[in-house]
Amino acid sequence: MRMAQAVRAPDTNSAAGEPAAAARPPAIEVLGAEKIFSNGVRALAPIDLTVNQGEFVTLLGPSGCGKSTLLKMVANLIEPTSGGLMWWGRDYGHVGEDGKKLVFVFQDPTLMPWARVRGNVRLPLDLAGVPKSEGDARVDKALATVGLEKFDASYPRQLSGGMQMRASIARALVTEPNLLLMDEPFGALDEITRNKLDQDLLDLWFEKTLTVVFVTHSIYESVFLSTRVVVMAARPGRVLREVVIDEPYPRDDAFRVSQKFAAYARDLQVLLAEASVSGAAHD
Amino acid sequence: MAALDKNSRILGIVLPILVGIVMLVMWEGSVRYWQVPKYLVPSPVLVAQTLVDQWSLLFDSLLVTLKVTFMAFFFAVVIGTLIAFAFAQSKLIEMSFFPYAVLLQVTPVVAIAPLIIIWVKQPTAALVVCATIVALFPIISNTILGLRSVNPGLLNLFRMNKATRLQELVRLRIPSAAPYFFGGLRISSGLALIGAVVAEFVAGTGGTSAGLAYQILQAGFQLDIPLLFAALFLITLTGVALFLLMVTLSRLALGDWHESELVPET
Repeated sequence: MRMAQAVRAPDTNSAAGEPAAAARPPAIEVLGAEKIFSNGVRALAPIDLTVNQGEFVTLLGPSGCGKSTLLKMVANLIEPTSGGLMWWGRDYGHVGEDGKKLVFVFQDPTLMPWARVRGNVRLPLDLAGVPKSEGDARVDKALATVGLEKFDASYPRQLSGGMQMRASIARALVTEPNLLLMDEPFGALDEITRNKLDQDLLDLWFEKTLTVVFVTHSIYESVFLSTRVVVMAARPGRVLREVVIDEPYPRDDAFRVSQKFAAYARDLQVLLAEASVSGAAHD
Repeated sequence: MAALDKNSRILGIVLPILVGIVMLVMWEGSVRYWQVPKYLVPSPVLVAQTLVDQWSLLFDSLLVTLKVTFMAFFFAVVIGTLIAFAFAQSKLIEMSFFPYAVLLQVTPVVAIAPLIIIWVKQPTAALVVCATIVALFPIISNTILGLRSVNPGLLNLFRMNKATRLQELVRLRIPSAAPYFFGGLRISSGLALIGAVVAEFVAGTGGTSAGLAYQILQAGFQLDIPLLFAALFLITLTGVALFLLMVTLSRLALGDWHESELVPET
């Protein structure tokens, strides 16, 4: 843990600065992607956004700003009406090659109620035909990472909301992804549970050299987690401003109560208010 | 709290039995007091007596009815499930054929039974066909509903993990459909019995079968009302037994996870 910190901390710091960020290879490039739904609603105006490898980017904005739509586009769950996306510099057809994997974590735990925690976490491996012995070891590792090793034989209904979300994250980690796409994963949880999961997620990202794109409508969550916050506005959905959170990792509760944290939160609050106003002007 | 829970479970068994005993005693008492003739309303004791005396006759008939019921139920489950899978695979197939499944459902079996009995020479087979038609629809409609009632998030998850159609069916659609399927089983098992009895009523007048419905018809003609009651009692008992069997099956299959089978924790 100490080692990881020593090795990565300067790196992460420099990622916050503009020039160094450009030096890192991009994981995701959104190139003028626009989305108009079949009912005529313009969910996203053409958007340009680059997420570099190793970044923790949050998409923050009022509801209806298209942040979930953008994330689903990055997950290739929906296609842009015009413009395009690149994954690790190539098109989606190459995702999964040379270990470049992405995984999507839903807003709800989305667990199979008929399967035990272990069965749920195993699912992606079963679908990919990974042999049982290898799969078991990976499932054990993923469960240990999220602290659910004692609950592998429980059914989802026997777990609390926070634990169900942990199981969902374990299922995402079991495929050993490079890129984690999370759509308001802790939105339905109480604040104490959410803070704990935010902390654990951040530690995980820090240790595993993951890239994370995280959708939230919580200012505090976005400041605490991100290397960079992308503030979005609604009608049509667009990027309003990008705010780099210049604070070294690992971050803990001390950061939550610091002056710096409050200052960032205040800036984002102002931006969000602006996002809402400019959205209203478009009506 | 646990003790109370256990008590209420015992009460759930004891109270209905008490009510049953009280009603039987009142029935017996009334019949004796007003000296109701046995060809109108036989006393429970007399019905029990008849059940014992005519046991070999009734038991043979019971076996015939059970055989028809179970065969019809079996065919209804197999055919109904296959049809549901075909419908669930393609919206086009469902659009083309579903109205005819409804047609089959809304046509009273009594109305088509004579036709089937003419077409199908073998008497038992004719009865099975009638009862199968009656029992088929709940299996089809419930299983289709179940196969369609897949959590959209889970479906997305499967698609994102590049699941094949077969994996999606076996690992997602079938488990999702299970609670609906077992609901269909409960309805269908009762309908199979009803179908078997009704079909025999229609066919039995020809003197081709000797199921419980036939015994009821014969007993009616001969004004042997105690025998009629005894046969009726056996049919009811069969229906209850079938229902309990389905409840047990459902509990075994879903008890671990599905809300319908969970005992609320106190």
